[in-house]
Amino acid sequence: MKRSLQRIVALAIKELLAVLKDKKSRIVLVVPPILQLLVFGYAATFDLNDIPVAIYNEDRSAPSRELVARIIGSPHFHLYTYLDNDAQITPLIDNKDVLIVMHLGQHFSADLHRGDTARVQTIIDGRNSNTALLALGYLRNIVRDFNLDWSMRNGRPPPPATVQVRSWFNSNMESRWFIVPGIIGLLSLVITTIVTALSVAREREAGTFDQLLVTPMRPVEILIGKSFPGVLIGVVEGSFILMMAVLWFEVPLRGSLGALYIGMFLFILSAVGVGLMISSLAVTQQQGMLGAFLFVVPAVILSGFATPIANMPTVVQWITYLDPLRYFLIILRGVFLEGNSAGMLLHYYWPMAIIALVTLGFAGWLFRHRIN
Amino acid sequence: MNPAKATGMRLRAMIRKESLQILRDPSSIAIAFVLPLVLLLLFGYGVSLDAKNIRLALVVEQADANTASLTGAFQRSEYFVPVSYRSIQQAERALLVNDVDGIVWLRNDFTARLLTTGNAPIGVFVNGVNANQARITEGYIEGVWQVWLSSFARQRGHDLSVPVELEPRIWFNAAVRSRYFLVPGLIAVIMTLTGAMLTSMVVAREWERGTMEALMVTPIRIWEITVGKLVPYFVLGMGGMLLSVAMALWLFQVPLRGSFWVLTGASALYMMVALGMGLLISTVARSQFVAGQIALVATFLPAFILSGFIFQISSMPEVIQAITHVVPARYFVAILQTVFMAGDIWPVLIANSAALFLMMLIFLGLARRNARKRLD
Repeated sequence: MKRSLQRIVALAIKELLAVLKDKKSRIVLVVPPILQLLVFGYAATFDLNDIPVAIYNEDRSAPSRELVARIIGSPHFHLYTYLDNDAQITPLIDNKDVLIVMHLGQHFSADLHRGDTARVQTIIDGRNSNTALLALGYLRNIVRDFNLDWSMRNGRPPPPATVQVRSWFNSNMESRWFIVPGIIGLLSLVITTIVTALSVAREREAGTFDQLLVTPMRPVEILIGKSFPGVLIGVVEGSFILMMAVLWFEVPLRGSLGALYIGMFLFILSAVGVGLMISSLAVTQQQGMLGAFLFVVPAVILSGFATPIANMPTVVQWITYLDPLRYFLIILRGVFLEGNSAGMLLHYYWPMAIIALVTLGFAGWLFRHRIN
Repeated sequence: MNPAKATGMRLRAMIRKESLQILRDPSSIAIAFVLPLVLLLLFGYGVSLDAKNIRLALVVEQADANTASLTGAFQRSEYFVPVSYRSIQQAERALLVNDVDGIVWLRNDFTARLLTTGNAPIGVFVNGVNANQARITEGYIEGVWQVWLSSFARQRGHDLSVPVELEPRIWFNAAVRSRYFLVPGLIAVIMTLTGAMLTSMVVAREWERGTMEALMVTPIRIWEITVGKLVPYFVLGMGGMLLSVAMALWLFQVPLRGSFWVLTGASALYMMVALGMGLLISTVARSQFVAGQIALVATFLPAFILSGFIFQISSMPEVIQAITHVVPARYFVAILQTVFMAGDIWPVLIANSAALFLMMLIFLGLARRNARKRLD
């Protein structure tokens, strides 16, 4: 027992040194995640600011100017230019100079004063349809407020019923609160997989893995020793990013840190398992790298990081159950925004534990059974 | 032997050696063809930003004809899957445990206020954790509300006229299908990945195995090595590209409104940029571990997040917007989304191609300089 422990410790130290002794690989493990967190934390947002708009106002009366002022005064929009004829519209949209052109016709104020509906033609670049829908939503909110004020001032009857929206957990609907906790999962997955996916393949390529196999070490001991650097580096970097999310990006952490760490540990263990499994299957480092890509990319895409799982077809939704990041993202967002406790998250812990057990077991079995 | 002929011979030999290496290790071919296939299938079928099947809790405290017509409007909408709850407390509990995505609450004085003072409140709660979805859900709920308002007014015999109404026309994608912009954007992500991955590990592998020194002592020149390595991987990468385009057109029915040759030309240019990035990475990193790691973080993630593929660049803070200018995928995503959905719009194509051409020169130039420096 004591010997076994000694062997594991020796191997773990050796593995850690293999990753950290080279200055370049040290830099590669530390610098990119920090840069990415900063860049992505600010960049990965669905909220729209400063959308370029062109206004073609043929009416030029007080009410039309008021509506225009409300639009370009909003932080979401930014006036690119005023137009004075129809022909200017197409090139502005085609060349992506503006996202939206609003055309207020000659009769705008006449219609308004008569009590009719004044229609505003709104042309939107649909090349990114999500952006188009969101921008239209912002515009509609501005128009709705304008309508309420106009009705009140001019004695028009209010609408018989109005919608009053309240958003839970994220009252300003800031998508950064959704994305930044996700980045903790995303970056820990990338780092952990890379550290482990090449660890066996590198030794196989160099021929030292066969030497390791003829030592008294049992496969379980090799497995634990090989897992150690991945788990350690994953947890340390994950904690750092977690700290940045709370202190730098000021995302509220409402639930229990313990619940989050149980999730993080299980998640990293499952990522280590997948990484080691890939590594044991690969004969060369290039194959190991390819395997890591083939795992990381779909794992990110299917995790619900940017696009919701509920929108996927049923068959693809089944595949997402194999993705450890899927569960960890639910845990991260649950703990951060909804204030969940460990008890509420049990459903999401055990699938990761199973993924970890199966992949680690398979990797250990492959150590001895894949010898060319 | 004259120098031109000797160069030709060395080049041919180098290309032959690289091609054989590709054929012997199937992982290169897998990177070029299997990766695009798997990713496009996953993305094309699996990923959509459109909100569909939004689970909505309906709470009606006092049911009558008016509330029934409003809840009926939600039931008929293709976006919602409404579930009735008897009390607001039950519905709130369902929202807490994620059984529903939102609540519509009609209080017991709804009809009374509807018929007298107006402004009868329709209480709406949405789960704001996913802010993008919450906003889209809010938009759909307001859409249902507006349609219901005008039909309610018509029933009571007067026209409901709102003061101002927007008449939106969404160009290039009238059906607002997110697949139309996600699939072309994904082609850019995949090509970045394959191009940079393919080459970055190749040179690193030669350093690691010591075969680079062996190459150096032969009469072959550095640029001949570079070209010899680029040609086979260019062919492989373009094969993957054609496969992706074919899938986009025939499997996912994305319209191609520009010309095929513009698309091919721009893709060839971008492939060179991606290969150039890969070469540059491989000359900086001498081990495959470092090269692979840099390729992953310097190419895939920026192409995913900073290219304008999903997230709008003009909404990012200015510092980040400045950074996106050095992400080559940004220019290619603009070209792809334009060629596929809008057509051959030359001002967009020329400006972005010029930027790509410049980046290609920079990457290949730096790669060559780095490779030479290693010699002495």
